[in-house]
Amino acid sequence: MAIHALNVTKRFGDFVALDDVSLEIPDGSLTALLGPSGSGKSTLLRVIAGLEAPDTGTVSLNGRDVSTLPAHRRGVGFVFQHYAAFKHMTVARNIAFGLEIRKRPKKEIKQRVAELIDLVHLEGLGNRYPSQLSGGQRQRMALARALAVEPEVLLLDEPFGALDARVRKDLRAWLRRLHDEVHVTTVIVTHDQEEAMEVADSVVVMQKGRIEQEGAPQELYENPVNRFVMSFVGPVSTLGDALVRPHDLEIRHSPNGTTRAATVDRLVHLGFEVRVMLTLDDGEQVEAQLTRDEAAQLGIDAGSSVYVRPRAERHFADGDESDGQEPATVSQSSP
Amino acid sequence: MTASLTRYGLRFVALGYLLALLIVPVVMILRKAFENGFGPFWTAITQPDAVHALKLTLEIALISVPLNTAFGIVFAIMLVRHDFPGKSVLNAFLALPFALSPVVIGLALILAYGEGGWFGKDLANAGFQVVFSMPGMILATLFVSLPFVAREVMPVLREIGDEQEQAAATLGAGAFTTFRRITLPAIRWGVIYGVILTTARCIGEYGAVAVISGNVIGETETMPLIVKRLYDGFDKQGAYSVSVVLAAIALTTVLLMTLFKPKVEA
Amino acid sequence: MSQPAASAPARTFSPAAALPGLAAGVAVLYLSIIVLLPLSALAWAARDGGWDAFWSAVSAPDAVAALKLTMGVAALVVLLNGVFGTILAWVLVRDNFIGKSAVNAIVDLPFALPTIVVGVVLLLLYGYQSPVGINVAYTRAGIVLALMFETLPFVVRSVQPVLLELDREMEEAAASLGATPLTCFRRIVFPNLLPAILSGGGLAFAKAIGEFGSVVLISGNIPYKTQVASVLIFGRIESDNQDAAAAISVLMLALALAVLMLIGLAQRWGTKHDR
Repeated sequence: MAIHALNVTKRFGDFVALDDVSLEIPDGSLTALLGPSGSGKSTLLRVIAGLEAPDTGTVSLNGRDVSTLPAHRRGVGFVFQHYAAFKHMTVARNIAFGLEIRKRPKKEIKQRVAELIDLVHLEGLGNRYPSQLSGGQRQRMALARALAVEPEVLLLDEPFGALDARVRKDLRAWLRRLHDEVHVTTVIVTHDQEEAMEVADSVVVMQKGRIEQEGAPQELYENPVNRFVMSFVGPVSTLGDALVRPHDLEIRHSPNGTTRAATVDRLVHLGFEVRVMLTLDDGEQVEAQLTRDEAAQLGIDAGSSVYVRPRAERHFADGDESDGQEPATVSQSSP
Repeated sequence: MTASLTRYGLRFVALGYLLALLIVPVVMILRKAFENGFGPFWTAITQPDAVHALKLTLEIALISVPLNTAFGIVFAIMLVRHDFPGKSVLNAFLALPFALSPVVIGLALILAYGEGGWFGKDLANAGFQVVFSMPGMILATLFVSLPFVAREVMPVLREIGDEQEQAAATLGAGAFTTFRRITLPAIRWGVIYGVILTTARCIGEYGAVAVISGNVIGETETMPLIVKRLYDGFDKQGAYSVSVVLAAIALTTVLLMTLFKPKVEA
Repeated sequence: MSQPAASAPARTFSPAAALPGLAAGVAVLYLSIIVLLPLSALAWAARDGGWDAFWSAVSAPDAVAALKLTMGVAALVVLLNGVFGTILAWVLVRDNFIGKSAVNAIVDLPFALPTIVVGVVLLLLYGYQSPVGINVAYTRAGIVLALMFETLPFVVRSVQPVLLELDREMEEAAASLGATPLTCFRRIVFPNLLPAILSGGGLAFAKAIGEFGSVVLISGNIPYKTQVASVLIFGRIESDNQDAAAAISVLMLALALAVLMLIGLAQRWGTKHDR
């Protein structure tokens, strides 16, 4: 196990950031800690890095108990949301920093820095200062800096949060490719479910200082253990007591036993995807998702009267918390 | 372990330094002045010379502070809101009173306005005595306390930007109205803080005033000047007593500074 | 010379529009009377007897000794308060203890206390009847002491805001890369504090070389031993040698201007990498 956090609790005054959290992260994996603000995901990351001391619990890295080691002795690479660039040093000196501290020979440092600059595509920018780089470039520099000392574990705290949407997407893909090449155990904290699903092998969903569910992205999507996970990890429409994925909401022109009457409020065309906003007979508002072809075939428009029914739905016992394995009831409708 | 050792070590050094250099000496003077009870202290500060010195000090402050406040605001607006040739020269001249020796300042004033000075004869003919009298002391006080209001107001002006003033203009407000109703309220904390610093400086100035005043006992003695005379004349009780009054004013200044600084930085 | 503040365009001339220009004009007149004219008179008097008179005034043996002493003492004080000031700023920003805000306030005391009172006060504790047995009256150490009092706040107040603004994550990043707290201070924090330390130190130096009131009692003004430049100038004035006093003063003025310029450079250097 590359990372093993056991029974970690952390309080800030009255606020419980982490509540008896235990987590195992396998060697060489890319794991995402996903959750809303205040869920504890950043705190957990910082506890693993040694930047925060937990009230109780232990942290082990590759079998070594590092709980009492300060941050500068743990050998973890850390990348911050706002880059934490050493603004008084050039890009090259930034990247070289960890190696200089370890007193590596100058030639070795020079070579390694050049390798890394190529790796993160900052060629020719080695002598610039961080203030002269764009946000995306600074973050790539921060990554190169962290990788320079060949850490056992790489931790990224909302690394793309401060960047434009376009740059975010590019860097996401780039991070995944980098990981495939370099194979360092990586943990990325994010509140963006799309990012987590796209980039990670395994996603850990957190809320209010607790882990709600862990698993492969698809697993979380298909089999969420509670209401919170289901609605956080993908879009959800509520039909009374049932939770339905918008693409599982079937729209028909004629009733069929289990269908409900509805009026189309609005169609939103997003390229390949068409979102249909509907109001049900009892006033409830839901959203369905069709492909462009399906929508064309149906031939509906604002104001159309239709009938809807869920192809698959889930019911959860009350509340968002999942305490233990409370199996959700899943029902499939017959076609 | 070493982390907390470092922390306590640094704290010890910092506090120890402040205690040895600042706090204990000031506390000592409070004790010394009242060593023989309140009586001697009271006698010392109610001496006619001392009372006159207090009056003179306050008069000078009462004239100098409003002048430097008004002009300080003007300088600040000029430097932040406008562009003109010689701007950096103006800036430099405003910074000079901080860097110049008070003795040099006194001398410069004597050379310009004293009897043998540039304007000496003209002033004498007009009946104006500058050196060895009140006007000179006021000039000296004005010189040394010149930059405070300007320096405190400038960053505030920069911070708030001129958009509000532009908005006022589009609504039809003239320059003076804009200043009175938009700019002035916005900079008021900077002005107040600057006034506190200016007043403290006006009351406490020694060197420049000493040079220009000629130290005519009972006539051109401010409180700082009388402290020196009493001390030189071995009237320690007297010197300590007046010093205590000045120290009390200084401590009040420090208190006001602490109270108002957060308002300026808001 | 200055444009009027923003006013609606194409208005007929009104006194209100001219007010800013008038105010600026009066302000410049004010500055001339208070600062410019006196300093010009000073410069004039300095070379009144020609360059020979200037040179002999400035190279008089006691003047040279005073200038040397002044510069030496000022340099020492700036060094000492550079260190102590940084430590104080560090403790005030990074540490926490009861009475911290009172301590923070006290740092401003040298700004507020009249210089002559500083002399009286220091002599009480460190003079002839010192209760702790330390007597620096009439010594160079006494001068150093007085100047340390007077210049204490400069480096502290210069460094404090920079330390407050400093990105803590830079230090965390350095730690994650293996830097011990000491290395982190040396390579990350200190380089970012240096410009502020230098500009605070510059201000302290300017104050120290010109300081008069706090030194005049403690030093005893023994020529060649404990006489600083400002006291020497005062002596020249008292003995009616205004031209000589002016000559030495002009030297001090030039020094002050040079220091101000260097401070400006230090401040620009400090913001070079900000974005």
